Amino acid sequence: MVKEKFSKGNSSIHKLDPRVKIITFSLFSLVVATTYKFSILFTSLLYPLSLIFISRVNLKEVLKSLVVVNAFILFLWIFLPFTKAGVPWFSLGPLTIFKDGMKYATLITLKSNIIILSMITLIATSSVFSIVHALHHLHVPDKLVHLTFFTFRYIHVIYKEYKKLTNAMKLRGFNPGTNIHTYRSYAYLIGNLILRSFDKAEMVYKAMVCRGFRGTFPLLYHFKIGKRDRVFLAFSVSYICFLATFSLR
Amino acid sequence: MNIIELKDITFGYSSEKNVFKGLNLVLKEGEKIGITGPNGSGKTTLLYLIIGILKPFNGEVKIFDNIRENEKDFKEVREKIGFVFQNPDDQLFSPTVAEDIAFGPLNLGRPREEIYKTIKDTLLALGLEGFDNKITYRLSEGEKKLVAIGTILSMRPQVFLLDEPTADLDEKNRERIINIINGLSTSYIITSHDMELLKKTTNTVYRLEDSRLSPISI
Repeated sequence: MVKEKFSKGNSSIHKLDPRVKIITFSLFSLVVATTYKFSILFTSLLYPLSLIFISRVNLKEVLKSLVVVNAFILFLWIFLPFTKAGVPWFSLGPLTIFKDGMKYATLITLKSNIIILSMITLIATSSVFSIVHALHHLHVPDKLVHLTFFTFRYIHVIYKEYKKLTNAMKLRGFNPGTNIHTYRSYAYLIGNLILRSFDKAEMVYKAMVCRGFRGTFPLLYHFKIGKRDRVFLAFSVSYICFLATFSLR
Repeated sequence: MNIIELKDITFGYSSEKNVFKGLNLVLKEGEKIGITGPNGSGKTTLLYLIIGILKPFNGEVKIFDNIRENEKDFKEVREKIGFVFQNPDDQLFSPTVAEDIAFGPLNLGRPREEIYKTIKDTLLALGLEGFDNKITYRLSEGEKKLVAIGTILSMRPQVFLLDEPTADLDEKNRERIINIINGLSTSYIITSHDMELLKKTTNTVYRLEDSRLSPISI
């Protein structure tokens, strides 16, 4: 269900220490998200684009992911340009398009796309589990890390349960329609899923306690920062600093 | 020496109906016990009482010659008694096989160098060499079961509790599990409907029914 489309690969980006990637990604998105200058945004676009080039991720998949994100942004374009604020730009029949609205819609679109692109190239090029481990090493609170970890681990299991239940329903001739029977059956399905997830969680916890779990996850493998990571970090941080300085001016 | 001693245990999931009333069980050192019985007779519940996941209403749970009552008492018990759950999906939660096998030993605070060796030895014993970095949830059912046993083997417990170790397995994997169990030098308790498994791996078999354990011959 959750496919790690970009995590497999052999490029130098894939081989980077996930901690380095998380740090640079956070810094980079912070600068991009807070700037109001188009010149900075266009310059920052160079960063994810060059990362795409280096990591050789599948361009088609990247575009597919962008389509999903931009579908949400489309809603902004329906409302923002017509929101009455600032100077009217031009009229479109009975509607007036405002300059500020246009500006904000463009800004948001650019920012989201830049951040998503860098997320795909930096975060998605590591497996979810190594990212989770990296978060742990970066001293993100345990509870948050565990939440991320278990959500990912058990979404497969719950999805499998869901498939099993819907298949069982289909095999008994269930044909969804707009009627009370359908609504009730779906409610039962969801109720059942919640119960099963709860039971599952209980069992997993029991099994963990039986193996001496005391609330923290011991890590088997440690990460090591190598020369590649240092070079990447130095380059990225100086680029981000450059963007930040010009953004603040 | 008695390793596990359950005396006059009363337990139930609802107040009207008790699963156990005055149940007794003794596991001596070196003893290999099999427990069979109808569905819902309380085989798994019995194992849960030993490991302290469930606590009896009345009666005494004595393990390694100490009476065990609260969580703290059972913490020590769980380090020495390994429990293999019936459903390996409940047991395996780490991303990779190696990390799952290491989870127990890491919790016990064993040194890292030793753990790397334990992982290798465990996989060798299971016949799963080279499985270190495989993703646990993508394993086949039989492999999952083997790894689940491995996650307990690596803790090197003094007693094993195995809940339905051969349920849902094909002939070949069943054979592998039987061989692994027969290779254990410790005492253990197995619950199962699989009479052939019990015949091959245990020296005493009890039938659990109506809150009573009666020895049977198979």
